[in-house]
Amino acid sequence: MARYVLKRLAHTVLVLWAAYTLAFILLTALPGNAISNLINNPQNQLTPEDGKLLKAFYGLDHPVVVQYVRALDALLHGNLGYSLSSGAKVADLLGDALPGTLRLTALGFVFGAVIAAGVGVVGSYARWNWLRTLLQSFPALAASVPSFVIGILILYYFSFQLHLIPAVDDGTFLALVGPAVTLGIMVSAPLSQVFSASIAATRRQPFVHVLQARGAGERYIFGRGVLRNSSLPVLTMLGLAVGELIAGSVVTEAVFARNGIGQITLNAVNTQDLPVVQGVVLVATTGYVLVNLVVDVVHPLIDPRIRADILAARPKKTKGSEKGAIPARLGPDEATSPRLPEEVATR
Amino acid sequence: MTTTAENPAPSVEARDTGGSAKTSRGRAIAILLWSIRHWSVVVAGAVLVVAVLWALVPGWFAHSSPTAIGATDKLLPPSSAHWFGTDRLGRDQYSRVVHGARASLSGSVVAVLIGVAVGSVFGALAGWFGRWIDAVVMRLIDVVLSIPGFLLAITIVVVLGYGILQAAAAVGLTSSAAFARLIRSEVLRARTSQYVEAAVASGARSSTVLLRHVVPNSLGPTLSLVTIQFGISIIWIASLSFLGLGAQPPSPEWGRLVADGRNFLASKPYLVVYPALTVAAVVLAGNRLARHFAERQKR
Repeated sequence: MARYVLKRLAHTVLVLWAAYTLAFILLTALPGNAISNLINNPQNQLTPEDGKLLKAFYGLDHPVVVQYVRALDALLHGNLGYSLSSGAKVADLLGDALPGTLRLTALGFVFGAVIAAGVGVVGSYARWNWLRTLLQSFPALAASVPSFVIGILILYYFSFQLHLIPAVDDGTFLALVGPAVTLGIMVSAPLSQVFSASIAATRRQPFVHVLQARGAGERYIFGRGVLRNSSLPVLTMLGLAVGELIAGSVVTEAVFARNGIGQITLNAVNTQDLPVVQGVVLVATTGYVLVNLVVDVVHPLIDPRIRADILAARPKKTKGSEKGAIPARLGPDEATSPRLPEEVATR
Repeated sequence: MTTTAENPAPSVEARDTGGSAKTSRGRAIAILLWSIRHWSVVVAGAVLVVAVLWALVPGWFAHSSPTAIGATDKLLPPSSAHWFGTDRLGRDQYSRVVHGARASLSGSVVAVLIGVAVGSVFGALAGWFGRWIDAVVMRLIDVVLSIPGFLLAITIVVVLGYGILQAAAAVGLTSSAAFARLIRSEVLRARTSQYVEAAVASGARSSTVLLRHVVPNSLGPTLSLVTIQFGISIIWIASLSFLGLGAQPPSPEWGRLVADGRNFLASKPYLVVYPALTVAAVVLAGNRLARHFAERQKR
């Protein structure tokens, strides 16, 4: 087990390094940046010497390879570089913005989980046919409406029409509810989709029929077997949900004019402030990859079948992590593929 | 997607019952029954047909120019002359929504094409040649998928610059990793199958094997990812434009229209609500049809 965790950890670090490098290559391919814009802008009346000084300060006068090695070295010392437009430390900029965004995404995730649980359970067990049909169509509906549309409709009805929540961020908890619900609806789409599908798959299993034959009530069967069996596929979706939360927070913060990582990202993009963009990508990817790591590590702790798989797979010494006991659950295609829940449930 | 959407009637069920009735009246009744049973598919098809027509021939639907500024008609509420009202420059919002279809839909088509093209090249290479090429491509896919997708698209926009095509390219490149992974596994499945083994054994060239056997057999799952990705692309491109990173003014685009109208949300909600509902309706319709075809494929 410890070996498995260490292997996943090493893989995570490698992926992070590769993602950072990919972002670095992408962004250095760019002809312009905030500094060259600053130097070339005639309004600033910079002499060529000033330009050279500026470039030297940011280390832009060195070859790309040297820049990369320096950036990586600084990164290992916890330094993400300096913003090209304000000169502030990128780590400080992100550190200031992160708590607000984390509060938003955490609450958004809670709303998303509650909605998904409600839709999954009520949509499978409700006594009325129309309610089940309605709730079963919810995931497709929520996945089809862009988050900025959800956000703006919430802003319009609940702030401007009903005056229930403040329209601008005044620092209160109530101001957090609107954007968090927006994120929650967005995230609940894939979660409730998988939860509904896996409840349906679990209820087709023989042990459920046996329990029914012995006269157990639906509520007892749900609590004893169906709930735990069908929440496992949802756990694997959490990693994906975090990716959606990060993307969604950029849009949601823009809709509700909140300060946070999204705001910083947009400013950095608009001013071609590359170190900040690079920092945002690194922070977001770290969060995303770490949650996936935790999910991968927690999974065998919860599910003895997977634990057995890992122990059985060890002596074989399989090459490459994707052929290991558990595939890295990072991609969106599990989200769209209906085969995941059934595969896990019928194993 | 649209050719079948225009005419949902000649489906399996309709043909079965229509064939037994033999008369044209029986066929019409069968079509009607099918439409009633699958009303949501019919509505989705109709919405998509209208959206595509908006994109192809906007002049049929909107008679006023989407960019003509009317100094005296600023911020008018919806009326018979201006169905969706007018914006802060007096431009007819309805014709801006109609003309916006072209940017949004063609952007998504371009994004999906780029995603499939790039994904096929990498996926086919990895799946067909295996060994170190496969290892390298798979690691690359892992890395691309480890960056939250929308953020990666924003990063690519930083490099490419603003514009609807750039946004489409960014979304397409981001989605190519998922396509590559799917196509790799499909190609791998085909390559290890007996019919490919038989073709190779009977002396077929590898280009023949690829085109005759591997590509047709990998097409189905790829097409269903294409239909799903189409809806996602519309949402992402509209979101990028909403953030000001996609289509630039004065060209109308749905996400852009919502962003422009946001400043008037409190007093002129119609400026936002109509374009917002349009995006939602089109994506919903696209996803409904995608699900319908996926279900039919499964049967």
